[in-house]
Amino acid sequence: MRLSYDLHIHSVLSPCGDKDMTPNNIVNMAYIKGLDIISVTDHNTMENVEAVMKVAKKRDILVIPGIEVTTKEEVHVLCYFRNIEDGMEFQDFIYRGLPDIKNNEKLFGSQLLMDEDDNIIGKIDKFLLNSTKYTIKEINDFVNKLNGALVPAHVDKKSYSILANLGFIPDELNIKTVEVSSDYFSLSTDTLINLDRYNVLKNSDAHYLGDINEPIVFLDIERKNINFLIEYLNKSWRNIR
Amino acid sequence: MRLDKIVKELELEVLTEKNIENDVEGVYIGDLLSLVMANANEKNLWITIQTHLNIIAVATLVGLSAILIAEGMEVEDETIKKANEVGIPVLRSKLSAYELACRLYELGV
Repeated sequence: MRLSYDLHIHSVLSPCGDKDMTPNNIVNMAYIKGLDIISVTDHNTMENVEAVMKVAKKRDILVIPGIEVTTKEEVHVLCYFRNIEDGMEFQDFIYRGLPDIKNNEKLFGSQLLMDEDDNIIGKIDKFLLNSTKYTIKEINDFVNKLNGALVPAHVDKKSYSILANLGFIPDELNIKTVEVSSDYFSLSTDTLINLDRYNVLKNSDAHYLGDINEPIVFLDIERKNINFLIEYLNKSWRNIR
Repeated sequence: MRLDKIVKELELEVLTEKNIENDVEGVYIGDLLSLVMANANEKNLWITIQTHLNIIAVATLVGLSAILIAEGMEVEDETIKKANEVGIPVLRSKLSAYELACRLYELGV
């Protein structure tokens, strides 16, 4: 099945996410645009994922539990899980690794928890944009233990990217899929050379509703379910010369 | 200047096996490895707070004299193990990159 996707969307729980990025707005925008699969990946937390999953059931959109983690090296990695329980176990581990620094709403914006009716049910105190104390390897090991998938985020960017911060993608992580922020054909030659072994996703990294992907990028999986998607992200689909 | 002299004068902690008699010419400071690969020069002493295994690969690639970890950052075991394998000295100090740079300048590096 050729399915359209956007696996990197921020909700109102990310301090940088717009106030309109509520569970219902995100799902309905994806529905209007005609997306098949989405993932809400807030910074270092998954507290709003379950509400999004509940809303999406009515719309026949597949939601994969996700999170955007900041590693000790200040690299952003997207982590995806097979179910919300694994996701919550992972997010608790991540939350423990965040420094005890309170969010400053005036400076960074609010970190709102919502239910499936878009009611505000709380806030997260710790500032979520900080780096966790875990190395990229420690995070990768935990994702693997939970049978999830790890995808380095916006590798073509100059900051918070595995290529900028670590120079190249370490083989030992056994990564199969990366995310880029620009159109594939506008990437620099340097970036393309670095990526010739990997599957490439193009997500929106949307902080505003209008930025969510149009249905113009696709992935090909046998059935529209999370297990097939995780396996797609963990497998090499390109010919290794 | 010889590395062992710098280690002695700045009271640096040596995290790798002691082969610190190589020459240092100039200093590079940076934490984005892509920039270090592009801009650091051979025989530089590199001051950074990155401790990932990749720093050893970058140091080897550029031909750096040594890596100096600032701010007393914790260094992964595998990074030290690799450094010993390829013979890149890894040093550490509690001082910030700025303080270290000032001390190195005073020393005449």
